[in-house]
Amino acid sequence: MIYVLGLATALVLLWLGMSGVFEPLVLGLGVVSVIIAIALAIRLDLKDRESSPYHRIFAFLLYTPYLIGEIVKANITVLKAIMSPELDIEPSLVKVKSTCRSDLAKVIFANSITLTPGTVTLRVDDDIMLVHGLYEADAQPEAFEEMDRRSSLAGDGPSTRKGKA
Amino acid sequence: MTEVLDTVIAAVLSEGWRHWVGSILCLIGAVSTVIAAVGVLRFPDFYTRLHAASVTDTLGALTLLAGMALLAPGIFIVIKMILIGLFLVLTGPTSAHAIANAAYTAGLEPLIGKFRDLKDEDEGESENG
Amino acid sequence: MSLLAAATLALFVAIVLLLIRLFSGPTLYDRVLAVNSIGTKIVVVLALVGFLMDRPDFADVALLYALINFVATIAILKFFRYRSFQISLVKPEGEKKRGAQ
Repeated sequence: MIYVLGLATALVLLWLGMSGVFEPLVLGLGVVSVIIAIALAIRLDLKDRESSPYHRIFAFLLYTPYLIGEIVKANITVLKAIMSPELDIEPSLVKVKSTCRSDLAKVIFANSITLTPGTVTLRVDDDIMLVHGLYEADAQPEAFEEMDRRSSLAGDGPSTRKGKA
Repeated sequence: MTEVLDTVIAAVLSEGWRHWVGSILCLIGAVSTVIAAVGVLRFPDFYTRLHAASVTDTLGALTLLAGMALLAPGIFIVIKMILIGLFLVLTGPTSAHAIANAAYTAGLEPLIGKFRDLKDEDEGESENG
Repeated sequence: MSLLAAATLALFVAIVLLLIRLFSGPTLYDRVLAVNSIGTKIVVVLALVGFLMDRPDFADVALLYALINFVATIAILKFFRYRSFQISLVKPEGEKKRGAQ
């Protein structure tokens, strides 16, 4: 029930933020749309703890500044590689082992790897990720340990030893 | 000392700084987008081009949207810019991973090792997988 | 405002460069990558044009285009992998093995 309430709050905020019109007709249409969206979500069984992780939003907000810093650093590296007169790239494939347990943490970790330019996740097998890197030195498995630790903190929470999700 | 502090506070409170910061962010975004497009043309194989294209998705588009949000006249445009940026952040890596995974599953071999000469590039040609 | 016009022009230059990559290939995935990247730039161009013409409604169009662009990329990739839109993506184990060889 609390997830339905959270979804309703998010949808109402989305409607008000997008429309910005406070007339009775438009507000009524918004109420109808929110009710239809919630009915569809209930029918699709999208109201459990896993598909609406509101309890992780705060930890994820703590993760974003680190992610933005990583993106800026990696962007400068790739832009330098493009601008250099001689191509001196060194592409490589590495296997990275993740310590993330839940699916949410794995998604956060793999998407963070892909979002930073210069590294792309090619394939995810359980907890081993195949990563293609633009520079061999930047794409060593040790380079992802910090990001792995932080994204598992954002997705799983600080409590350890919960078993595999 | 207090005069310096007063001028700093006045500069922060006035509308001018938003204009300047927004313009600089837009400039950075536009320039990095063009550089990334050059990289997509220049890099030797598909996977390296993917890295160049992901620059545009993150730095280019997001800084342009952030700059426009700072230049925006009303709060609702700011909300829409934030929503567009959120969708781009959520969908960009997903589609990049989908393209890379499809190419890797179809057997497109990446170039590995130090890349030396632009002339003897041989790409793993596998049209439509 | 003239700076925003300059940014729009720069994005058009980037789109033309990506069109060269789109037409010259050489693999299918390069073309899909170019289409996806052009779509991202079109989103930003729509927002910029909304600013330039003082019509904030364009931001809604840009928002929708961002979503449709993502769905289109996934649909193209799915079609060229399975040659059909009707295969469920939920049970990919056997299909993945068959496609990997």
